[in-house]
Amino acid sequence: MSSEINLTLKVWRQPGPLAEGQFVTYEASGISTDASFLEMLDIVNERLIDMGDEPIVFESDCREGICGTCGLMINGQAHGPQKGTATCQLHMRSFSDGDHIVIEPWRATSFPVLRDLAVDRRAMDAIIAAGGYISVNTGAAPDANLTPVPKETADTAFDAAACIGCGACVAACPNSAAQLFTAAKVQHLNLLPQGQAQRWARTEAMVETMEEFFGSCTNHGECEEACPKEIPIDFIAWTNRDYIKAKVKNRKLAG
Amino acid sequence: MLGSLDARIPAGSLDSKWTDHKFSMRLVNPNNKRRFDIIVVGSGLAGASAAASLGELGYRVKVLTYHDSPRRAHSIAAQGGINAAKNYQNDGDSVYRLFYDTIKGGDYRAREANVYRLAEVSVDIIDQATAQGVPFAREYGGLLDNRSFGGAQVSRTFYARGQTGQQLLLGAYSALMRQVAAGTVELHTRSEMLELVMHDGRAVGVVTRDLITGEIVSHSAHAVVLATGGYGNVYFLSTNAKMCNVTAAWRAHRQGALFANPCYTQIHPTCIPASDDFQSKLTLMSESLRNDGRIWVPLTHDDGREPDEIPDADRDYFLERKYPAFGNLVPRDVASRNAKTVVDEGRGVGPLRNGVYLDFSGAMTRDGEAMIRAKYGNLFDMYERITGEDPYRVPMRIYPATHYTMGGLWVDYELMSNVPGLFVLGEANFSDHGANRLGASALMQGLADGYFILPYTIGNYLSDFLGDPALATSEPAFAGAEQAVADEVSRWLSIGGTRSVDHYHRELGKLVWDYIGMARNKTGLEKALSEIPALREEYHRNVRVLGSADTLNQSLEKAGRVADLFELAELMARDALTREESCGGHFREEHQTEEGEAMRDDDNFTHVAAWEWNGEDTPQTRHREELEFENVELTQRSYK
Repeated sequence: MSSEINLTLKVWRQPGPLAEGQFVTYEASGISTDASFLEMLDIVNERLIDMGDEPIVFESDCREGICGTCGLMINGQAHGPQKGTATCQLHMRSFSDGDHIVIEPWRATSFPVLRDLAVDRRAMDAIIAAGGYISVNTGAAPDANLTPVPKETADTAFDAAACIGCGACVAACPNSAAQLFTAAKVQHLNLLPQGQAQRWARTEAMVETMEEFFGSCTNHGECEEACPKEIPIDFIAWTNRDYIKAKVKNRKLAG
Repeated sequence: MLGSLDARIPAGSLDSKWTDHKFSMRLVNPNNKRRFDIIVVGSGLAGASAAASLGELGYRVKVLTYHDSPRRAHSIAAQGGINAAKNYQNDGDSVYRLFYDTIKGGDYRAREANVYRLAEVSVDIIDQATAQGVPFAREYGGLLDNRSFGGAQVSRTFYARGQTGQQLLLGAYSALMRQVAAGTVELHTRSEMLELVMHDGRAVGVVTRDLITGEIVSHSAHAVVLATGGYGNVYFLSTNAKMCNVTAAWRAHRQGALFANPCYTQIHPTCIPASDDFQSKLTLMSESLRNDGRIWVPLTHDDGREPDEIPDADRDYFLERKYPAFGNLVPRDVASRNAKTVVDEGRGVGPLRNGVYLDFSGAMTRDGEAMIRAKYGNLFDMYERITGEDPYRVPMRIYPATHYTMGGLWVDYELMSNVPGLFVLGEANFSDHGANRLGASALMQGLADGYFILPYTIGNYLSDFLGDPALATSEPAFAGAEQAVADEVSRWLSIGGTRSVDHYHRELGKLVWDYIGMARNKTGLEKALSEIPALREEYHRNVRVLGSADTLNQSLEKAGRVADLFELAELMARDALTREESCGGHFREEHQTEEGEAMRDDDNFTHVAAWEWNGEDTPQTRHREELEFENVELTQRSYK
């Protein structure tokens, strides 16, 4: 059953990309435990506007956990305390009356803060542009059933493809590595028969583009814990294996 | 000023129109393609697939999206699947059958030629997506799996778990990013289109506002493609993403593009009801739940007992009672309207008395909890996450919510609006679903338009302009549009009212839901036509938009979008009032059979209503495109 709780929020406010930021404390009283975390922030923002203060900038869109737009550090945890749950699907029944909640943007140098809790994640698009695709022009595809794909393979590829590109893995990583994001896309395509032609070029290009923007993976495993889609860290191991092979194979081909 | 609307449908038999037309359209040779600039607004299934395909052909493409990445577009949230007439199941499917089902499902208010072409290219979409690596569900032999969906008696729906939209969009997005890397597509994220630029009666570009810096930018091109989605957020509460809006389409409408059938909106029966006044959006639960769940409410008003304390004799399984043949599996519009009826009677359930039960206790007794968990486990988990209630023990509560909008900008057979050079794709146009869209057909239409139709038809338009450079952005047409955007921005910031944008959006949503929702009548629509403008007037006088223009300012972004929704809402009411019949998602209470079913008026309303903007203070003019049915016989639907 729903009840009302009173919270104290410590929220990161930063007027712009180059401005100094600071924590600002807000009392959020009378919040229904049926509200989602973002609806709680909506309520706080309506109250701020009523008082003539600019609302807290935070991003969200689908609020169903699939678009990957939202993402907050909640008490130091990417997407908050509920496992396998994006910020928009977290509800206030996960909190108790009197709780203090610290709300920050994703923390990573490769995700510069734009304003308050909103960050720039374009570096993730750059990784996809480096090779996160199968090169097939529109109209050039053979019949879809020409190449059977074992169900287990298709299912495993799907487990990787479920990534929503939110960046929680980067925010949770002590090195700010985007290894889980990169590995999920690399393995989604590398596992499938359709993805074999570009397997080695893709792996090298995507991993190295990732290294350009982000830190390096040292196997902490925080990413897997934070991932709202619970993408397993095994994909990183497979990608490391593919990367070593790719370095050899790509050199041979060039030589 | 406009004659009768001509959709420019090619002559010939239904099954040869598209093939013949592809041959008769003029081509642009590869050397010349790189001299043409095309703007694509929106990066969902339709926009991303179009931009990628045009880039591959060699055109110079610019993609504009207000998202931080093209991958965020709302196509990503589609759950169920995508239809295609592959007949892989050997169950008698064909292009003609998919065409027929779609025309019938749309309650005979869509164009035959468009729908047939959609069914024809549906098979290519599956091939294309599979080649891109979209991980569709497979059988143990490694071939693609299918399932059945509402409104069809064959299994033609391809799916990727409950995330088909996500996987198809990631496929189109990857094709798009490949072209970005290749240099054929220039990507502008966090850029919101706020004006369509016209010159000599043609669309020649757009003006955007950079959502981070506030910079107002002109973009010039030989053609503009809008793929900007639907307008379901006019209801405030809907299953649409928070940022979905009508602004791009509406600004084009204000420049002369006709807006067709705005009253055709789809209400999905199985959504989680609103829990409180702070509710920000509604979440869909897959329609498949109706296969095993039984829908009921208490027999008497305001029955305060817990559901497990209410004996069978005091329950009303209203769909099973009224529709013994189809029971809980009646189509979306019928299920939705009946839920509304019982809730309006005061028999709704839940803390706000705003839902009906969807009860799995019988199915769990019959099949065991493990079987139900295997079938619906992820949906039950999602329900529990949102409501805090365990649907294995307590019946789910559901209620209809706005889900999709069939209306949109009017386009001809080549997907060009009545404004030369302005093309409209996907949910943003009106073309293929008539008055009601079948499940798993939205993804099909978005990708058909983007991958396989526009790349052909746009060349037919561009070939007239060989050698002409795009209009320079220093021309007065652009300066005027930029000034209009700048004026609008400063107007919002200077009002200094007392209530937030969201407050007014919510109030508007209530009016639209009450008067232009699941069931409409003359009195309500007339009320809408007086109350919406009154609220709009207050909005423009009293909205509070804080902050400045040169930063990320979400209230400012929303202010313009909500203003456009106000104008759209009024047009929806006018369209619904004028359409004196019930068809598909448009149910006029005055036009129903004795059993309470929708009653079309084919003699007077077998046409598209396309509205022409006449300025802010003058009602739009209604134009008609007559619909000719040469292949399908019009019949009344019945689900008894």
